Amino acid sequence: MDKQTVKVTNNENVVIRFSGDSGDGMQLTGTLFSNLSAILGNEISTFPDFPAEIRAPQGTIGGVSGFQVHLGSQKVYTPGDMADVLVAMNPAALKVNAKGIKKMGVLIVDADSFEKKDLEKAEFKTDNPYEELDLSDTIQIIPIPLTSLTKDSLADFGMDNKSVIRCKNMFALGVVCWLFNRPIDQAIHFLGNKFGKKPDLLKANVKVLTDGYNYANNLHLNISTFHIDRTQELEHGTYTSINGNKATSWGLIAAAEKAGLELFLGSYPITPATDIMHELALRKDVGVKVVQAEDEISGICTAIGASFAGDLAATSTSGPGLALKSEALGLAVMAELPLVVIDVMRGGPSTGLPTKTEQTDLLQALYGRNGESPCVVIAASKPSDCFHYAYMAGKIALEHMTPVILLTDTFLANGTSLWKLPKLAELEEIKPFYAPESLKGQMKATSRDEATKIHYWAIPGREGFTHRNGGLEKDYERGAISTNPENHQRMVDARAEKVEGVANSIPQLTVEGCKDNAELLVIGWGSTYGHLLSAVENMNQKGHRIALAHFNYINPLPKNTEEIIKQYPKAVVCELNSGQFATYLRTKVEGVHFHQYNKVEGQPFTTAELEECFENHIK
Amino acid sequence: MFTPADYKSDQYVRWCPGCGDHAIVNSLQKAMAEVGVAPWETVVISGIGCSSRMPYYLNTYGFHTIHGRGAAIATGVKTSHPELTVWQMTGDGDCLAIGGNHFIHSVRRNIDLNVVLFNNQIYGLTKGQYSPTSKKGAITKSSPYGTVERPFRPAELALGARATFFARTLDVDLKTTQNCMVAAAKHKGTSIVECLVNCVIFNNGAHNWISDKENRADRIIVLEHGKPMIFGKNNDKGLVLDGWNLKVVTIGENGITEKDILVHNAKEEDPTLHYKLAMMTGPDMPIAMGVIRDVEAETYEEAVHNQIADVQAKTKIHNFDDLVNSCEKWDI
Repeated sequence: MDKQTVKVTNNENVVIRFSGDSGDGMQLTGTLFSNLSAILGNEISTFPDFPAEIRAPQGTIGGVSGFQVHLGSQKVYTPGDMADVLVAMNPAALKVNAKGIKKMGVLIVDADSFEKKDLEKAEFKTDNPYEELDLSDTIQIIPIPLTSLTKDSLADFGMDNKSVIRCKNMFALGVVCWLFNRPIDQAIHFLGNKFGKKPDLLKANVKVLTDGYNYANNLHLNISTFHIDRTQELEHGTYTSINGNKATSWGLIAAAEKAGLELFLGSYPITPATDIMHELALRKDVGVKVVQAEDEISGICTAIGASFAGDLAATSTSGPGLALKSEALGLAVMAELPLVVIDVMRGGPSTGLPTKTEQTDLLQALYGRNGESPCVVIAASKPSDCFHYAYMAGKIALEHMTPVILLTDTFLANGTSLWKLPKLAELEEIKPFYAPESLKGQMKATSRDEATKIHYWAIPGREGFTHRNGGLEKDYERGAISTNPENHQRMVDARAEKVEGVANSIPQLTVEGCKDNAELLVIGWGSTYGHLLSAVENMNQKGHRIALAHFNYINPLPKNTEEIIKQYPKAVVCELNSGQFATYLRTKVEGVHFHQYNKVEGQPFTTAELEECFENHIK
Repeated sequence: MFTPADYKSDQYVRWCPGCGDHAIVNSLQKAMAEVGVAPWETVVISGIGCSSRMPYYLNTYGFHTIHGRGAAIATGVKTSHPELTVWQMTGDGDCLAIGGNHFIHSVRRNIDLNVVLFNNQIYGLTKGQYSPTSKKGAITKSSPYGTVERPFRPAELALGARATFFARTLDVDLKTTQNCMVAAAKHKGTSIVECLVNCVIFNNGAHNWISDKENRADRIIVLEHGKPMIFGKNNDKGLVLDGWNLKVVTIGENGITEKDILVHNAKEEDPTLHYKLAMMTGPDMPIAMGVIRDVEAETYEEAVHNQIADVQAKTKIHNFDDLVNSCEKWDI
């Protein structure tokens, strides 16, 4: 087809969703496409959404796995609400995502997998799924026999049928590359990295990808292709795309190296946190020590042991695991040892929704321990800034001698965003709070800096600093075990004062959106940042005056928290739980009526629902 | 180099008068001096219970942690810093009930820990409930009509978890206790020293059958590697194999001479005979004391650090900046 006749629409931002069976390779397809777009200079944000089952029955609704990419020449804060383009590899994928396609959006389906039996598996009642879903008049449907075309493409490869069919995601990717005017050379380069060690597989994937691209190019598809400019919004530099779990892992690696320490991770497999252990287990090159413990309790306890012995120690988990770790976390509070606990939150309670996202562990992180047991609690807000907050978790733990809980969640853990590559030299200094030489011969479990109440760290092997630490209350002066009433109060106060003191070294709360004269202050924390900011900016573009205060530091809160919140006539706290941060803020900021917007569906907010909420508040 | 006093802290020892633990702390301080690792390079980890108060009485780095978790915390200390000598103090409740999982996994991994397991067959600190090692039928506060539970036998559990070192000793036998502790410290891998201790308050006389001085020599056998398994007041009793089983014989009777008596081989990989020895119970058989098993195997922490060294020898990534540069990246 003559290129001149292809209609091209210029777009700022576009959302595309790849959806299919959990064995269809949708995660790989989505990742390749988003990286490709990023290299071509687009902003990206991605969100994979997959079932807990590794391979649910083929073609069923329960087995649908999706990967959404938002790319653009403008700022991209979220993976987007509604898809401009949906790739559905089977009827179940179509059914699950039907409500998420924009009006006049493009739907690409594998025509070969829309037979009667496929429709039945997806619980369609008629043989026209589009009418049944009320899509016939509102979207552009492009049926492509992906399965048979893939078979044709690989006819000479001598591969078994199953392996051939597994390549059909590359045919779809080829079509999408054409649709978005993406040259496929870069995709071939990525495939080379992925399948480099399996040359036959690489050849097959490249062949199918190329055939898919050419098929679309030659087919006279009666459809506009998308053109998205390079973004001008980003600072110049070298970038990669990174997911939250990898960014978290690398943040810990950077913190350990900056502090001159070795990194230790004690962990037990749990969705969606396990990839942190996977990544760190791989990083023996930089000397990371990983113990896959026998249970969650041992995960944190081995980390506490490593901390006692002088490492930057961390444990990674999700909500159920944090519950199991709570007693040991109390020990780290009592023994005043540095420790990073990463809670990648998922849907709860109990086993809950292991692969879905929620912010429901906040109060557990703040208060889920026996006794007066304050911890520092911080939260990351983008996949890429998991790096920064993991780094800060390490820094605060080592400089303030306290456990730090870092909250991320499924959305951040598996989602990706662009990350400007840092250099270690550019990162903030980390100075572990070592016992000074003047304490030689006098070191106690309670030795501390009187001004800040920070406990000194004396590491085994250092002569003249032997001391006995432990979970029993200790005498403030002598370090020996004590049940003296006044002493206990004094110790409780000292541990609290130490944690509160962290507020002196964290950034002040900032406000985005309409800073002055806003009629509404939106308050959020953690992973909802992108959705909240998008919604606030959209509203302000429509002429409203809305401000956003987003928290990454939760305990202690930034020192100007009360001052900021009281500048606005109305505040609404938006979070993916039933109101945990709002509850917490009510105990910290008096005299403010905090409105709430909550959702507990295991899914991120949509900007659309947030805008609707804000509109209701400013009516 | 060091004397037992170098390992003694300034803390007042708070165990009950007459408690077997007093003897253990003395034996331990002597053993530590004999081994000669500096107090500041020694770490003593404990869980919760009477025995777990031990770190306070030792002038080393000490950490009195939480119930049952000593093994996991000790695992973290030793894995992260293999250059430290790590002792773990635990009791029958701490180690075999609440901490059972960590115990079997630390043994399985063969982490170089010296574990002193104080077995008094009772919960002392919570004032007298039955433990996983209490004899069936034991009357305690939580079993007023007698326990209905089958007890663990620590050696069986340890060997089942593939222990490379197991020794048993009696609180009142200071010499054997010290010897076992020294052997445990010298062994690379998890060393379990089960100390049969008397709880004078809640389970007084639990080990009387063997601690009784009159009959002790006839009722225990102190095993030594390479020595014949001979015991008894008159050193005339010995152990032989009778089919698959061990049997007590008397030297000089029925034509038995010292040559017929089994020679103890603690270094034998096959744990079958160690198991048989460890399981011997009275009144027909003596209770085995001393080092029952002491075999070599790679330790966990060695394996972890060797693997790191192997990877580091081959990689081009040596630090964070290298790592960042190794990823798929592009300029914007």
